[in-house]
Amino acid sequence: MYDSGKILAGLAIFAMLITFPVWYHLGKATPPPEPDLDTPAIAQLAQKECVEPTDYMRASHMELLKQWRDWVVRDGKRIYVGQDGKQYVMSLEDTCLKCHSNKARFCDQCHNYVRVQPNCWNCHVVPEEGGR
Amino acid sequence: MEISRRTFLKLSGLGLLGLLGAPVIDVLAKTDRARVARAPGALTAKRWALVVDMRKCWENGKGTCRDCILACHREHNVPDIPEEKEQVRWIWTEPYENAFPEQGHQIGAALSGKPFLVLCNHCSDPPCVRVCPTRATFKREDGIVMMDYHRCIGCRYCMAACPYGARSFNFTDPRPFINSVNPAYPTRERGVVEKCNFCEERLAAGSPPACAAACRYGALVFGDLEDPGSAVREILRTRYTIRRKPELGTRPNIYYVVG
Ligand code: SF4
Ligand code: SF4
Repeated sequence: MYDSGKILAGLAIFAMLITFPVWYHLGKATPPPEPDLDTPAIAQLAQKECVEPTDYMRASHMELLKQWRDWVVRDGKRIYVGQDGKQYVMSLEDTCLKCHSNKARFCDQCHNYVRVQPNCWNCHVVPEEGGR
Repeated sequence: MEISRRTFLKLSGLGLLGLLGAPVIDVLAKTDRARVARAPGALTAKRWALVVDMRKCWENGKGTCRDCILACHREHNVPDIPEEKEQVRWIWTEPYENAFPEQGHQIGAALSGKPFLVLCNHCSDPPCVRVCPTRATFKREDGIVMMDYHRCIGCRYCMAACPYGARSFNFTDPRPFINSVNPAYPTRERGVVEKCNFCEERLAAGSPPACAAACRYGALVFGDLEDPGSAVREILRTRYTIRRKPELGTRPNIYYVVG
């Protein structure tokens, strides 16, 4: 074989380059997000539960918000009756963010971690970042 | 185990169904469970309309009163953009000749040059709705012509179709041009079209539109056109009113008292 040494060396460098991100991050796992539930509104809740159970909210809040959006804007319905029979006003500002008033320490934690940038905040106004 | 072609197809079909079926059933279960409703105190109508008594407006407001405009623009975070071509307006004034170009001869010189309050007419047959490719603009059962900013792709067909120039396009991010943001109402973003929404968010909470509520002289009367006992019907029965560009057949729901 001609130049087999050079080819092998080239291959090795190539392999190193394409696997660079993998071994570069070895052992330095990004810390998992820790959403912060400590806000005045949440502290006052007798039972710390969202409009739906936590598991459902964690996995599907985006689906729920999309449905809320359509119910409010397209159907003109603004009251949501949760599984527990309680009524909530479907509003990002007045319902979600009243409890989760610490957007940076709650919403952004996970959104940054998974690198999603919801465009909700382009229009919806984040009330003064409150919190503790 | 020998598996026949037939059985294999059946089994894989079942498997696929399972894959497809799971999320579908999940979503159905959720929507079935959830119930949504209108707020109990919401104002409802068969067809909302606004009557503007321009004479009250001119006599009392002396041409400088802008209470209705300010109230609307404050409520809805309408930006105040200096650059004229980029301005966003929900309700403003136009001289008579611009607002009623075909009607000059009918009413005579008395109205010439007078400012008229103009806004989206919430047309009964709105051309803006007909042309929107994404149905971002649509007509509700109660006659309100709505904008769903989530769906607007900014193609501006609606602006071309609206014969009243009632729509504005956001050429820039409006936020820096809003003096004090009303946190209860979203702002818009660059690239969407917007216009008056008849204060549907206030109606849902049981309040009349901000412009009508803000007028000290009662020049703006809002009500249900299909209700014979409503205040708007009473005015239409007793006063001489005109509508903008009736010849186009869009059937506006904004009426002007001029005599
Ligand atoms: S006035 Fe223009 S924007 Fe409003 S409903 Fe009529 S056509 Fe549409
Ligand atoms: S600009 Fe938006 S609302 Fe207007 S026609 Fe296009 S998508 Fe529809």
